[in-house]
Amino acid sequence: MAGQSNRYVADRDDEPLVAIDGLRVAFDTDEGPVVGVENIGFSIMPGETVCVVGESGSGKSVTSLSIMRLVEFGGGRITSGSIRFVRQSGEVLDVTRADSKKMREIRGNEIGMIFQEPMTSLNPVFTIERQLCDGLKVHKGLSQEAARARALELLKEVHIPEPERRLKQYPHELSGGMRQRVMIAMAMACEPRLLIADEPTTALDVTIQAEILALIDRLKRENGMAVLFITHDMAVVAQMADQVVVMYRGNIVEKGAVEEIFDNPREDYTRALLAAVPKLGAMRGKSAPEPMPILGAEEAPAAPTGAAEKRQLLLEVKHLTTRFPVRGGVFRWTVANVHAVEDVSFTVNVGETLSLVGESGCGKSSCGRSILRLVEAQAGDVMLDGWDVRRLGQTELRRARREMQMVFQDPFASLNPFRRLRDQVAEPLMNFAIATGSELDDRVADLFDRVELPRTFLRRFPHELSGGQRQRVAIARALASGPKLIVADEAVSALDVSVRAQILNLLMKLQAELGLSFLFISHDMAVVERISHQIAVMYLGRIVELGSRAAVFEDPRHPYTKSLLSAVPIADPRQRNIRDDQTFKPVPSPVFPIGYQPDPSLYDEVSPGHHVLREA
Amino acid sequence: MKKFRTSKGLIGIALVGAVLLIAILAPLFIGADLATKMNMAARLRPPSADFLLGTDQLGRSLLYRVMLGARTSLTIAGAAVITSIVLGLPLGIISGYFGGHLDNVLMRLVDTLLSFPALLLALAISAMLGPNFQNTIIAIGIAFTPFLARIVRGEALRVAQMPYVEAARSSGTNDFHMILRHILPNILPAVIVQGTISLAFAILAEAGLSFLGLGTQPPQSSWGLMIQASRDYLDVAPWTALVPGAAVALTVLGLNMFGDVLRDALDPRTK
Repeated sequence: MAGQSNRYVADRDDEPLVAIDGLRVAFDTDEGPVVGVENIGFSIMPGETVCVVGESGSGKSVTSLSIMRLVEFGGGRITSGSIRFVRQSGEVLDVTRADSKKMREIRGNEIGMIFQEPMTSLNPVFTIERQLCDGLKVHKGLSQEAARARALELLKEVHIPEPERRLKQYPHELSGGMRQRVMIAMAMACEPRLLIADEPTTALDVTIQAEILALIDRLKRENGMAVLFITHDMAVVAQMADQVVVMYRGNIVEKGAVEEIFDNPREDYTRALLAAVPKLGAMRGKSAPEPMPILGAEEAPAAPTGAAEKRQLLLEVKHLTTRFPVRGGVFRWTVANVHAVEDVSFTVNVGETLSLVGESGCGKSSCGRSILRLVEAQAGDVMLDGWDVRRLGQTELRRARREMQMVFQDPFASLNPFRRLRDQVAEPLMNFAIATGSELDDRVADLFDRVELPRTFLRRFPHELSGGQRQRVAIARALASGPKLIVADEAVSALDVSVRAQILNLLMKLQAELGLSFLFISHDMAVVERISHQIAVMYLGRIVELGSRAAVFEDPRHPYTKSLLSAVPIADPRQRNIRDDQTFKPVPSPVFPIGYQPDPSLYDEVSPGHHVLREA
Repeated sequence: MKKFRTSKGLIGIALVGAVLLIAILAPLFIGADLATKMNMAARLRPPSADFLLGTDQLGRSLLYRVMLGARTSLTIAGAAVITSIVLGLPLGIISGYFGGHLDNVLMRLVDTLLSFPALLLALAISAMLGPNFQNTIIAIGIAFTPFLARIVRGEALRVAQMPYVEAARSSGTNDFHMILRHILPNILPAVIVQGTISLAFAILAEAGLSFLGLGTQPPQSSWGLMIQASRDYLDVAPWTALVPGAAVALTVLGLNMFGDVLRDALDPRTK
């Protein structure tokens, strides 16, 4: 191989497995080429985890796709730079110049990849066995028998329960966590030297995230495999990384060892990013919610007050039960019920925030929507400031809705793309005939000021705004009718970290200024810890633990609350809590036959105001 | 208006504009007798300096006839599509937005109509009402309604479960305003696309009906009627079919391009 400039034999361990240098990727668009990433250079040592972290649009995925040369399938072009990869044989290959035959040998064989969405990255019409065996047969030339044996071995390695049965199953028969395990098994099938994981846990619940992170970490340690981990979540970085690469708008801002980045960030952007991440446990010993520190902000944002001397009741929910019919058969008769919300009771005080936390499918959203009567509950009482919400007729309900508004998760879907922002914010004012003419314009402009949006946005359309700005519009619209209660359903979950911190602070500022009450629905424990006065942990339709923030976070009593808290990654590389294989009890199905009458929820009061569900 | 300045938009506008101009202006400048006067001495002439596009079996200039036929064809097709939108849009919106039993009943009705080929349906209606100008419009309009209603319902169903509709409902928007402000603008792109495609099919349907003798009645000229008349002479005078056929094809092409561009132009998201 001597004499060929881009090839030499590497046999030393301190030689990087992957060395990226001066990488530049451009995308061809109608308006000419657009630079995706520029001047990217970092290396991955064998057996090392490198985390590439950045917000949406930072180019982190483009970088990872370039290593596999998959970026070309998305319209991208590597215009300059080199990506040198040390192959199994010891040959060093510049990936940017490799032909397609060589790339096929490498993809899935020497470099494995897992993606964000475990549902869409598995083919729904093939069994797990077929999908696992295909790669083995192509790359390793195994017979069907041998491939099957190896597939089973792989499923055991990723700790899937009942691996024999899984082989014969289709992806839809598996839970999200199991699907991601299968994806990892597929990526591991040919014992790659490098695993690229592109946001592998973003779509997963926190306990499943903990399981998958621990699994990737174990596989890395046992097999000496290098991992390139793409994420937006600084807490995950802290748990996983040896080396960190921080990206912003297609460029590398900072890179270094994980402790270095977290302890002594050199760049402002890294500092801002770290400051914007709520750290679980950071609120220990504080009685009231506290805004996120935002670097560069002139003054400290307004904070909501702690529990007032005389707390005034705003919302009282008693024994709320919501069920959705499961229909089947030719005539679409109800064959079973999903018990989404089961005997839920809680109260929200004026000017306070109660958070409903829990994993997907626990009924937290259904609970919020039942209170607003966007879905109809089967039983229970909802009393809002004197309104008996569940017993209101249509006309009265319309009037009562002035008092309670909702902010949704997806800022892209919650605004009508065809209406100007002014009209959308003005709509509640017009509906309730609160203002007309020039007063209406003034009110809308005031609302824009309140949510800190420039008035020039009044005449714009939603697509011209970023996600955070749209969420501000959605908040302005929710504020328009002058409500007392705002139900925020995962209102910050779809936002980038820095934007999320701003929106959280905005919500807290509005609470301080207007005395609003929030029902804050979220899966994110660290965010909830920041914003809440009271916390209700939901599991399988029921509240399992209810109490003040301090009580629930500092003295969790219910086993589910404890496991939830233990699964949250902490944004501190010195506190690695995600270690070794963790398995959390899978959530049972909330579907019950017709006529099934579950036991009522009974609570023990472990300390004043701190209620824990009594185990059946 | 920048959005129209693509090659697709310009071709679409040019074609549609040209056909519209001909349809409006031709009857003002071309005497009806030019297109209806028979000239047996000049039957089935191929295109020449005397007869630019040739003549038909009765010696009438195909150029004049195709220009005069534009108005009939376009009026019938346009009015028929408007009829189908007037009938189908409320049907689809009510079905998709309100749902429930009403939706079931309406959609079974639509499915029943859909199970007949549109042309057969138009044929039956036209035969029932008697073949004339207005009835052709009504027949084609009704025959096209189920397609539109289906598409509108699907879109309404999709839009009705969007969070912005839920947000509007929770801020007290009533059903009327909900449909007007939120549902209608968001299903309009689909209606426009379907409308332009329907327009093309309606021209062909009119041609089909006339071809079977249930559409426009001679001596009035329409593209469909011209194609019908040409069928006996296809082997000796193929231009008699090609000329009206090309008129239909160019109009349909132009409408499709125009519809695409119009849809993009009405969408604030595309700049």
